[in-house]
Amino acid sequence: MKRETFQQYALPVFALMVFLAGWEAVVRVNDIPPVILPAPSRIFDELVRAWTPLSGAMLVTLSVTVEALVTATLGGALLALLFAQSRTLERVFFPFAVILQVTPVVSIAPLLLVYLSSGEAVLVCSFLVAFFPILANASLGLSAVDHNLLDLFQLYRASRWRQLLWLRIPSAMPYFLAGLRIGGGLALIGAIVAEIAAGSAGKGAGLAFRIVEAGYRLNIPRMFAALLLIAVMGVVIYLLLSALSWSLLHRWHDSARRRET
Amino acid sequence: MTEIETLREAPPAPPAPPWIARLEGVDKRFPNGVVALSGVNLDVRRGEFLSLLGPSGCGKSTILRLLAGLTRESVGYINWRETNPELGFVFQEPTLMPWTNVFDNVWLPLRLKGLSRAAAKDRIDAVLAKVGLAGFERAYPRELSGGMKMRVSIARALVTRPAILLMDEPFAALDEITRNKLNDDLVALKCELGATVVFVTHSVYESVYLSDRIVVMAPRPGRVVAEISVPTPLPRDEEFRLGAEYARICRETSAALHAAMGGPGDSGAH
Repeated sequence: MKRETFQQYALPVFALMVFLAGWEAVVRVNDIPPVILPAPSRIFDELVRAWTPLSGAMLVTLSVTVEALVTATLGGALLALLFAQSRTLERVFFPFAVILQVTPVVSIAPLLLVYLSSGEAVLVCSFLVAFFPILANASLGLSAVDHNLLDLFQLYRASRWRQLLWLRIPSAMPYFLAGLRIGGGLALIGAIVAEIAAGSAGKGAGLAFRIVEAGYRLNIPRMFAALLLIAVMGVVIYLLLSALSWSLLHRWHDSARRRET
Repeated sequence: MTEIETLREAPPAPPAPPWIARLEGVDKRFPNGVVALSGVNLDVRRGEFLSLLGPSGCGKSTILRLLAGLTRESVGYINWRETNPELGFVFQEPTLMPWTNVFDNVWLPLRLKGLSRAAAKDRIDAVLAKVGLAGFERAYPRELSGGMKMRVSIARALVTRPAILLMDEPFAALDEITRNKLNDDLVALKCELGATVVFVTHSVYESVYLSDRIVVMAPRPGRVVAEISVPTPLPRDEEFRLGAEYARICRETSAALHAAMGGPGDSGAH
């Protein structure tokens, strides 16, 4: 157990430390100027110094991502439930969902900026990319029900509503949560891409804009610092959604259980 | 073949118990044109253990699904002694809801009838005790062995006190030791509850050991070809398995099955 814990947590942390130390050493030994490649320590300094604008920007990006993810989750789940109730609805709306999904969000963003304010456009872009995997996975889950269990519900003359509530929804949960994990990552990507396309400045500017702005000013350490915050956000979103998934599934689903060895 | 004829010429048996379900001239044709059943006449008698025996494709599962109302006959009638009889169904797989525990799985049929957890508790506890699973209420399906999952499935089927218990090769996926134990327990349970069981199997030995009556079916199209009675009353024990009567009826049943499959084959009789 002890050995396992070490391998699980200490090893990746150790690998990361070695990587950062190597980076620091390369920069110092070769005396590389920060404008070409800043050392990790220099990036950390910049992060502390520019904490106020950077953390403000992070909050903007974070709130857009969370809003988009929540909307995409509700929308995706509701639409999947509708699809499960009516094949006609599915046939009518599914092509739209697919078209929105296969069209790269970068190419939609300029058009959205014509119609919407930049803040709204970023939100819609982020929503669009997160929405599809959630919808697709929830749809798949709702239809991938054990046929014998469906027979059993029919045998006991269960209403459609109870069949949905007590059979289809619980059985779709692993699929839905997998979609949510993918959607969480994509919502952040969507928000960042749209921010870059929008290029909005001022109070409402997110982290991506800070990167673009720092790039114009050749403030490379600031670019790395903003990048670091984006990466941290992505990791935190993923961990939170994984924890949610684990807490809902670990009692029964194979995906959330450790194999006995 | 002679054994079957002898059986047919036997003196009239005491009047058979009344039927509770009767299939009359039932055909089942699937949309793809496959004729699953053709001209099936069959009574299910009150309190009997009836086995449907035959090779795959003979429509024995289709009969169960017709009785369960999961599919409709194409031609003919299915009559019931009482309207809307309570039914229990046990599938080949345990077919439990993996996301909830044993108690809630057994609760499901009663829950669908509107009974609260508290109102159903006594009946669930009683039926779980009957199948030997008292104390496992809070276990999740994946924590149980294959045999135990099947016991939960049987408990769930029995919890509504069904007029007929329909079982579709329920123990086929289990190892032989577990299967024998479950067979004995099933018969004991059936006798205790006075239940009527319709049991689909492809095992001659299983059907002879368990049944009051065996209906042998043939494929393409699915039809009833022979009916064999096993006079020794249930429950039976190891003595019966070793006795001459068991051997004789097994032989007779095998012969009927081979005839059903178009001549003396060597498959399907295990």
